[in-house]
Amino acid sequence: MSMLIFLIPVALFLGGISLLAFLWAVRSGQYEDLDGAAQRILLDDDKPSS
Amino acid sequence: MSCCAPGTEVAAIAALPSEEELRFAARDLGDGSRQLELSLPDVHCAGCIRTVESALSRLPSVDNARVNLSTRRVSVRWRGEAVPPIVPALVEAGYPPHLADDSQPSADPVLSELLRAVAVAGFAAGNIMLLSVSVWSGAEGATRDLFHWISALIALPALAISGRIYYRSAWNALRQRRMNMDVPIAIGVSLAYALSLYDTWHSGQHAYFDASVTLLFFLLIGRTLDHVMRNRARAAVTGLARLAPRGALVLGEDGTRDYRPLAEIRPGTRILVAAGERIPVDARVEAGHSDLDTALVSGESAPQPVAPGAEIQAGTLNLTGPLTLVALRPASESFLAEMVRMMEAAEGGRARYRRIADRVAALYAPVVHLTALVTCLGWVLAGAGWHEAITIAIAVLIITCPCALGLAVPIVQVVAARRLFENGILVKDGSGLERLAEADAVVFDKTGTLTLGQPRLTGTHRISPRHLEIAAALASHSRHPLSQAIAERTAGIIAFEEVREVPGHGVEGRLGSDLWRLGRASWAAGEEGEAGTVLARDGRIVARFAFSDGIRPGARAAVEALRADVGPVEMLSGDMEAACRAVAEDAGIDAWQSGLLPSGKVARIEELARQGHKVLMVGDGLNDAPALGAAHVSMAPASAADIGRNAADFVFLRLDLGAVTTARQVAVRAGRLIRQNIGIAVVYNLIAVPIAILGHVTPLVAAIAMSGSSILVIGNALRLLRTARPGADPRTAPAAGRTVTA
Repeated sequence: MSMLIFLIPVALFLGGISLLAFLWAVRSGQYEDLDGAAQRILLDDDKPSS
Repeated sequence: MSCCAPGTEVAAIAALPSEEELRFAARDLGDGSRQLELSLPDVHCAGCIRTVESALSRLPSVDNARVNLSTRRVSVRWRGEAVPPIVPALVEAGYPPHLADDSQPSADPVLSELLRAVAVAGFAAGNIMLLSVSVWSGAEGATRDLFHWISALIALPALAISGRIYYRSAWNALRQRRMNMDVPIAIGVSLAYALSLYDTWHSGQHAYFDASVTLLFFLLIGRTLDHVMRNRARAAVTGLARLAPRGALVLGEDGTRDYRPLAEIRPGTRILVAAGERIPVDARVEAGHSDLDTALVSGESAPQPVAPGAEIQAGTLNLTGPLTLVALRPASESFLAEMVRMMEAAEGGRARYRRIADRVAALYAPVVHLTALVTCLGWVLAGAGWHEAITIAIAVLIITCPCALGLAVPIVQVVAARRLFENGILVKDGSGLERLAEADAVVFDKTGTLTLGQPRLTGTHRISPRHLEIAAALASHSRHPLSQAIAERTAGIIAFEEVREVPGHGVEGRLGSDLWRLGRASWAAGEEGEAGTVLARDGRIVARFAFSDGIRPGARAAVEALRADVGPVEMLSGDMEAACRAVAEDAGIDAWQSGLLPSGKVARIEELARQGHKVLMVGDGLNDAPALGAAHVSMAPASAADIGRNAADFVFLRLDLGAVTTARQVAVRAGRLIRQNIGIAVVYNLIAVPIAILGHVTPLVAAIAMSGSSILVIGNALRLLRTARPGADPRTAPAAGRTVTA
């Protein structure tokens, strides 16, 4: 059971990283144009949005 | 070329923003650059994004242009004071812009907060559930206590961040001495946490951390969906054309011209309005002749000629010639402002209406609290200890917590809104759907609602093809709606010499030695007493043109379906009797009134309401706005005046009036599903509550019951998607190609 000492913090840490990544994505406006993001993948060059 | 053909009904009636308006609307970013948000209703695919962004990026001073497809806006940043030629570039690219309403910023702080709350709650729920599963599967002693302590630690930030939304809402409700669904949620979640903390401290066997956090997670999902739905519709609605200009070109005493914001225009100020612009304030014409499109303001379908001395109303569109005006009233007292005031005063059925969820909550919350209290006292009286009694009472609170109920209504409304969105119908909020399902009488406006608001040439077989061709060639030089209706017939190009438009009268051109005139009969024939629109050769009338305002596709079918399905159908119009009779016959409406003032429409709707009817009002004009506000539920086409659109609960983007029947069908089905869902939630409670009262609910049972009922409710709501889609109806498809598709 002593593995739990490592495993629980590791699980929480990894979960926490993804949570922070999500919060960062929300804050930097990546969820503000979901339709646009879906369509932009079809554009060949990234020049206009540079 | 983009894949989507621009050129829409909506754009056709909208005046483009002038450079001065852009300068007012631009935001100074401080580092020498400025930013502006423009709304582009026609943008809807990757090709559009590229066309718009590359067209704008090519302009020399533009730093950055980025399209937001969800809100259909483009944000442009440029260096320096001067506004780059954004509007011409966009028009050339085929995407006529409108100024975005600056009261609606594109970033949405509420959505960000909700997403943050969902993320934190989801993270906490997942991790606590992981630990709880270990406890349920037999962890004991020190391990169990450790797991409980870790759960408590994870739950704390979740309650603080995600729970705040509920605490705030519950507190607001309590402070106003009302009850909403958030009160039992806030109390249940906090009590469960507090009790579990106490139990953990004393190495208790059960802890409800998982239940309280999972509950928050599920409820927040429902709330976020609800918000996304409303927001999306709002963004799409505010993205449509604005009717009121932001300012006007003021003519100074010394002949200077200066663009001033609307608020600075006082009675007596002289203003210049070019052809194609909207009249900013109520005014009198001082110089110039023109025709005004008053369809949105008074409901009259035929353009009105104006000459010096005429009094004109704010919001009308100047069609043919430049006008010099003297302002009669400040903008705050204009016809437009008056309509807004009437609309607010008329706020009828909607203000009294309480959403189903609120009505259920008002019944539900006291029952839940009372049950928990009685359970607690009952167990104490039965000889249990305080701790045991409180534990069971909290289990009752948690199990009755309206998880399924919290999802029951929003999930159906989100699915319904999605369904309507696919059919080009926007819903402002869920209560609109509920009210539409209740409607039992329909009132239509005429111009722009039952009709397209655009004249069509009729009776062309009586005109010789040669004359028709000449008329069409002359008409192509004018933007008068009647001219454009004739110009649609043009086949070949006839080269006229010296074509000239005489504002307020017509167009004339020379062909060899003949002088051809197309326009008002009294002018073209040079004698009084003639009426109508004619083509004249050297002052002799050779052809007369008749017009009718084309009826919307699907109008007759929609009226029939509504009469069968909803109730009596009426038409209320501000237009003249003859025009109304023709449209009423075409649409199959027997009951109609013509020549009504805005107050007359409101009066009729209030009369219907007094007779016990719940009226669905469909209208588009400025003069309909008070009626739209007074009705129980209202719909407007996308081409409607902006205050009308804001007053309406639904906005439909396509030409076909079938949208009204589609919306009604979806609303009725959504209402049925909502009642079923509430029924499911109630049945669930009838089963779960006795078990909880008897003290058999452990955290495991609570978790299973909660998830089970939520999945049932969500699954039931999704049934709304599982039927033949009216969007696949071939009748609506051609119309969709020409309008703004959602």
